This record gives sequence, structure tokens and C-alpha cells, in this order.
Amino acid sequence: MSRITHYLKSLLLIELFKGMGLTIRYMFKPKYTVRYPMEHIPKSNRFRGLHALRRYANGEERCIACKLCEAVCPALAITIDSAPRESDGQRRTTRYDIDLFKCIYCGFCEESCPVDSIVETHVHEYHFEHRGENVVNKLQLLAIGDRFEQDIAAARAQDAAFR
Amino acid sequence: MSAQPANNTAPDLVNIEIDGRSLQVPKGSMIIHAADAAGIPIPRFCYHRKLPIAANCRMCLVEIEKMPKPAPACATPVGEGMKVFTRSDKALKSQRNVMEFLLINHPLDCPICDQGGECELQDVSLGYGRSVSRYNERKRTVSDEDLGPLVATEMTRCIQCTRCVRFTSEIAGTYELGGMSRGEDLEIGTYIGKTIESELSGNIIDVCPVGALTNKPFQFKARAWELIARPSVGYHDALGSNLWLHSRRGEVLRTVPRDNENINECWLSDRDRYSHQGLYADDRLKAPMVKRNGAWATTTWDDALAVAAEALKKTPGADLGILAHGATTNEEGDLLVRLARGLGSAHLDHRLRQLDFADNATATPFALPVSQLDKVKSALLVGSALRHEMPLLNHRLRQAVKKGAKVYAVNPVHFDFNYPLAGEAVAAPHALVAELLTLARAAVDDGAAAPGALADAINGVKADDDVRAAYATLKGGDAVVILGEAAALHPQASWLRAVAKFIAAAADAAYNEIPVGANAVGLARVGVLPGNGGLDARAMLSQPRKAYLLYGIEPQHDFADGAAAFSALDNAQAVVACSAYASKSLLEVASVILPIALAPENDGSLTNVDGLEQAIAAGAKAPGEGRPGWKVLRALGGTLAVPGFEFDDLAGLRSAIGERTANPRAMLADLTAKQGSGLTRIATLPIYRSDAVLRRATALAAHPLNREPAVYLHADDAKAAGLADGDTVRVGSSDPLPVVVSGAVPAGAAWIEAGHDETAMLPPYGAALTLSKA
Repeated sequence: MSRITHYLKSLLLIELFKGMGLTIRYMFKPKYTVRYPMEHIPKSNRFRGLHALRRYANGEERCIACKLCEAVCPALAITIDSAPRESDGQRRTTRYDIDLFKCIYCGFCEESCPVDSIVETHVHEYHFEHRGENVVNKLQLLAIGDRFEQDIAAARAQDAAFR
Repeated sequence: MSAQPANNTAPDLVNIEIDGRSLQVPKGSMIIHAADAAGIPIPRFCYHRKLPIAANCRMCLVEIEKMPKPAPACATPVGEGMKVFTRSDKALKSQRNVMEFLLINHPLDCPICDQGGECELQDVSLGYGRSVSRYNERKRTVSDEDLGPLVATEMTRCIQCTRCVRFTSEIAGTYELGGMSRGEDLEIGTYIGKTIESELSGNIIDVCPVGALTNKPFQFKARAWELIARPSVGYHDALGSNLWLHSRRGEVLRTVPRDNENINECWLSDRDRYSHQGLYADDRLKAPMVKRNGAWATTTWDDALAVAAEALKKTPGADLGILAHGATTNEEGDLLVRLARGLGSAHLDHRLRQLDFADNATATPFALPVSQLDKVKSALLVGSALRHEMPLLNHRLRQAVKKGAKVYAVNPVHFDFNYPLAGEAVAAPHALVAELLTLARAAVDDGAAAPGALADAINGVKADDDVRAAYATLKGGDAVVILGEAAALHPQASWLRAVAKFIAAAADAAYNEIPVGANAVGLARVGVLPGNGGLDARAMLSQPRKAYLLYGIEPQHDFADGAAAFSALDNAQAVVACSAYASKSLLEVASVILPIALAPENDGSLTNVDGLEQAIAAGAKAPGEGRPGWKVLRALGGTLAVPGFEFDDLAGLRSAIGERTANPRAMLADLTAKQGSGLTRIATLPIYRSDAVLRRATALAAHPLNREPAVYLHADDAKAAGLADGDTVRVGSSDPLPVVVSGAVPAGAAWIEAGHDETAMLPPYGAALTLSKA
């Protein structure tokens, strides 16, 4: 019996027409391909891209040099030096370097931060032209934070209920 | 009569049971002792094994069978048949409740707290704390006090365990901290807001279980988990305190004590704890330097070694003097001996500060080991500011005093002690020997036979009743005579030594002489001493050599007579210096400087006062091109092609180190020599200026124990010279120095501390001074 059905199926090219039918259906469906980089697909608010250091609304940097991100980093990408700040003796970093070649974008640094200072932004499009640019320092990270603060804050607000 | 069960317990032991484990523990000990010995963990904050029991944190509450309420394990003595439960529901509930109360007022600032990661409160709260606080009221805050440049405070974090209070009262003996108010308002502080002046103050950081007291020079620098700990040994005094060097990326960031019950217990003096700052001073040498046509230039090792070798080769052995600092390791010392022999020089010495070489004395190990010193019944200090010379040795003696020991002192200055002296004689340097002789006279009166050389001098003095009583106490057994630096560096040190030894022998007391230099005992052992016909350190400078090899020396400060040393070195044709610092005076006299590592960056061994050889391992890297001294000497010896430098590594070097015996003489200095008219100088080394590293340690330099240079005078002398407190005087033709009228100084003497730039070129200890108002 099965031999007969198989014979009929292959004689009448049923499977071929099934496949062609699928193809023809997709021909008239809206296209899924995104014309990157002109178009972007939506990103989760938990997307982990380029790092940034945030500030409080009054302009004070958030980072307090607790070094938890440095300790938790599985790739040893973060290097921090700290000292009492000269102006007021507060605990601050004097150096905050992230080696983006080492970083695996796991997000542990963000998760460990007690003051939401180090965050991973939605930025994933960046490049380096010279050797050494892969290590981003504190000033660069703060500048990234300043530039994307609104996006960062919006993403954190969206996720706040789950933290 | 029925059979009694056999009792196999020793009479001073009792049987107890902790968590079902049967233990036999000494009578009278506390439950926590027994648990610690058995390795059963009990959480605690206020209990510290070296401090008296306070039982005020209540964290160690345990359940005891037949006791209605939980009891603190640290303050409950064991009893026969006691059954203790440390992990029962009742015990754990009590511990958790105590933990919750302790955390009520403790701020949640672990991320900015330096103790984070090594905090006892953090650790214990992980095990016993609730994950969420139920306390919603305001937390209390406590204002901070400035405790000086060494200890940072954040008193809001304090949990009032009072360990620091008990430390300052029981160990440091200064009673500088206390608790004010009660209950919720209890605050720990100095009350008057002063700097902690104890020489052991850094230990309150270690005993503090939270981040209330932290290391100020280390503040916010690094986390405990980033640091690599390497075992090392203190190199500022010969006690050889065991310590850990905590370093990160090749730089020592802090120093903490390493337990050694026989040496430093679990303490560390501030000198050893904070000296690491000096390693990174501005004038630290980072590359070899050569002076050509009067101008200094950094150069390569090859070039510098070639220049050094040429200078040494050119000079006949008899015209070459080799001087080494007292903290040089045994390995480097032995290489210096090999180098001296290879170059045919017998002029080799490490006793740079010694003035009296009549008896050719070298440092010898203590007759009574350090660990036994807290068990003595009486002690005689001869010329010793023990608290500053060896802080932790003084701590041992203080423990003996607390148990009732009597300490007598014969000193050139009324030095500061943190225990009451049973008797003290203060005499100007020129009268110090006579003062000590009265004790010897008491010994002779008691029936001891004076040695021939001393007999006349002893018969020339009389002993009064106080001295007799002091001698009788010393003779009462378990006594020790300690000869300190102020005696060993005295111009008549041979007399003081001979008389002190006689008194010790007569009273059947142990004789301990404090070595001058952290490794003086070891250097004497390996033979960094004048060879046959060689000149000692002082003679090498009074009979100037054509060339010198200086090892780890700062010419201005490290010699007994700075001016004489400076002129001898300045007039030499060549001075090859191995030094960690390009100090100003060294740049003036030297012709080539080879940068060497300091003890924390060096591999080797140091011999302590007990004669114990302790290995040190490099805990950091010498900055720049600096290399461990033994490697530098190996290269220098290789360049000079002298024998004894064929080894490849430290093990090879060590295997060839021989012990050489010193040859003390039985001669004595001239006692009658009068050093001219005027006041006699007393020169002591201040605690935080005793070597090149300490002189560059910035936090220690800011400490009140590091006083500004001044001329301390007796009130009568000041009056006779028409001087008052606050005047300035010139000593000879020196720069003006302030005058301080002090009750500590005997009449006829002027106490000017050495180790300062301003006082470096003044006449040495025991010399007559002329003061003129500036």
C-alpha cells in the first residue's frame, strides 16, 4: 500500500508543487530582510552593547570605585585605579579602562554595579582605526554616558520592575 | 563500696562537649578558647585572643545544656560535663538576632568602605544576617575624629566592640581611645580629638572588625582581593617582625603583620607597617648613574659596572674602604666579604654609627629570647629608648611590668616609657658610665668580684640605698639587662658594655644587647667586619681611603659623625655607591651609583635578635632598572673577575656562605678623656628617621613622633646661656635650630636628634657643643 502511494506521489510531483506553493506564497508576503544599516530591527531594553559610565542629574559621576565590576569581570577587561579625590577626599577612580577586545559583553559589570554607574548601552556599531583604541578610558566612557543618557535611563526604567 | 568510674582526666583539664564532640580543655578557659582550639567556628566581634575579654558584642552566644538562657562563649568558663551547642536552633536564633541589632546602625556603605572584602561584619552577616533589613527608622551617625596621618576613621561604621580601646590600654599602654556616653549614644574616640601617638597605632586597624578604623595611606587605593601577599620581614629594627607585603602590579601598597608568636605575635610597629611609602620616594634611583666631568648622567648597567669596576681595580686594596648599611641581607653581606677579599682590602665594616671600637664589639643574639622577655621579673635598661628602638620588644617588657616586673633604667635622657619605671637614673653622656658604675658598686658590695679592668673604676664610686635596692631586685632572679642603642653608640660604649655585662653576670641576669642595624647580627656572623689589620668604620673615615664602596648608605645620615664621613668621602678619588636613592649627599660624594633593591624587593635573609635567620622574598619589583643587590654584586664581581662569584642563582650563593667569627677585644675606651668645655651632645635616632626608607615615608613624617629638629636643653643650662623656650641657636656654625627647654634632658647636655638634614653635620654623640644665640 505504501509503495503505491509513494509511486503516485512521485508520479504526480505533489511534493514539488507543495514546495513551489510555499515559494509562491512567500513571493507575495512582506519582506523580512532589513536594509541594514539604513534600517534596524528593534532591540531589547536589555541589549548589551558598548559600555558607558553614567552621572547623576547634578553632574556628579556615579562611580565610587568599589571595584566590583573589575572583580566580577570574567574576561579581566576592566582595570581600575582609585584614590581619594583631591577636592573633597571622596572615593573615586583615577583610572577606569575597559579593553573592548577582551570584553565578552556578558553584562556582569552592569549587574554588579551598586550605583548603576557602568552600563552597557544599545550602541553596537563602533570601530577602531588604530592599535590601542580598543582600550577605552574613563573620560571616553563618561562621554558615551553623557551622550546616551536618555536612552540609558529609558532602558533602565523599562526594566526596573524586573530588577 | 561500689566501684568508682575511672577518671583519666588530668587534674587541670575538664571534659566538655561542644556540638557533640568530646573535648578536654584546661580549667578556667572560656568556651570560645576550647572551640577555637578544636576548630569549631563561633562568630565573634569583640573577642580577640590577645586582648582582655569584654563580652559586649554578644555575637558568640551559644546554648549550654541546663542553662536557661544563651551565654556568650567568650566569657563563659568551661565546667566539668558542660554540653555546648553552637549550631542549635536556640543558639542560631540568638546569633541571628544579635546580628540584626548590630546591623541596625551600621551604614550600608560597603562599596565605598576600605574594609569591604576583608570585613568581619560582612562575612558574619552573610552567614547570620537577614537578606532584607526590617529597620526603617533613621540610622545614627557619629562624627569622625582625626586620629592623625596613619589611621583613617569612619566612626559611623563602628559597632562598639571596643577592641581598639582595649588595644590602646592593654597593648600600646597609651590609653588614647575610650568610649563616651552609653547605650545608643556610645561613641569611641580620643575625647579631645588628638592624634594617636602610640608607636603601635596601626594595629587598631587590624583589630577593628569593621571599617571604622582603616589604613590612611592605603585609603581607597585597592581592594583586598586585588593584592598579592608575600611573606617578608621588617627591616627597620633587628626584631625582624614577620609581615605580609601586599602588592599589586609590582608595587607594595600596604603591609600587615604575619603571626609569629615568638617574635611579633600578631602585632606590627607603625615603622614596619608604613615604611613602604618610602620605597616610592621621588629620589628613588631608576637607572644607574655615572658622574663624568662633574655632571651626573643616567647610563646603562654595562657602562656603570665598567666604570665601577675600573675605579675599584685602579685602587690598591689597602686604599679601599667598604662600608655596608646595617640592614644589608646576609647574602649581600657575604658577597661584600668576597669582593673585599678579591680586591685585597681588609677595610670592611657595617657598624657605621658606632663611635667606640675599643672592644671591637659586634652585635650578638639575645641571651634571653624575645619570647621570654614578657616573663622576666626585673629588667635593667642601659641607654635605651626601648619604645623607639624596638617598639615590639618594649611591648613585651610592658607585659612583664603588668605582671609585676620592675624595670630600672640608666639613660642619657629621660626617655618616654609606657610603663612606670621602678627606678631611673638620667645622666649626661659624660657621666653615664659613672652612673652605671654605681650599680656595679652595689654588686661588688653584695659580694661579686669585679674584673680587674673595672675594679678601680667601681671602687671610685659609691652606691646609695636606691641603687642597692635596684641591684637586689635584679638579683632576685629572672632578670634581664638590656643595653640599648643610646649605650651601644655612646663614645664610651665599651665601658657601658663591660659594666652592664658585669652587672648581668653578678646578678645572674641575661644580657641582651640591642643590635644597631636590622641585620647587624647576621652581618657580624657572615663577617662584614674589618679583616686582619683592617680599619673599622670610624677609622676608615678618620684615616681617609682613596676609594670607597658604599652599600645602601646615605652618607649624611648613616654615620655616627656625618661631617667627618662626608669630608672623607668627598675627598676620596672614587666612591662607588650601591644605593636605592640618589640622595643629595650621595650625589655630591659618589662617582658612580648602582641602583639596588630595598628589602621588600629583594630575595635573601635577615638574622634577627634571637639569631634566627629569616628568609625574605621579593614582594615587589624595584622601580626602573633597579636590581636586587646580590645580582648587582654578582655582576660587579664578575666584571672584576674576582673569585667567589661563579654562582648562577640565590641557592648557589647561599650554599657558599660561611660563618666567620668576630674577634672582640678586651680593651676599654679612655674614660678620663674630657671632650672640652660646653654641653655634651646627646644624639639619638628618632623612631621615624632611623634609615633612608623611613626618612622618605611621608605618612610617618607627618606623625607627631617625628619631631622637628631642635636643641633640647635642661632649664639650668638654658638659663646659664640666656636662652628660653622658642629661641633659636646655632650649634657651632650650623643653621639656627629652635631651643626647647625640657625636663627630659640632664644638666650639662644638649639633646639634638640625628637623622634630620639640619642636624646631620653637627658634632657626634658625646662631643662638646658650643651654642650661640642666633
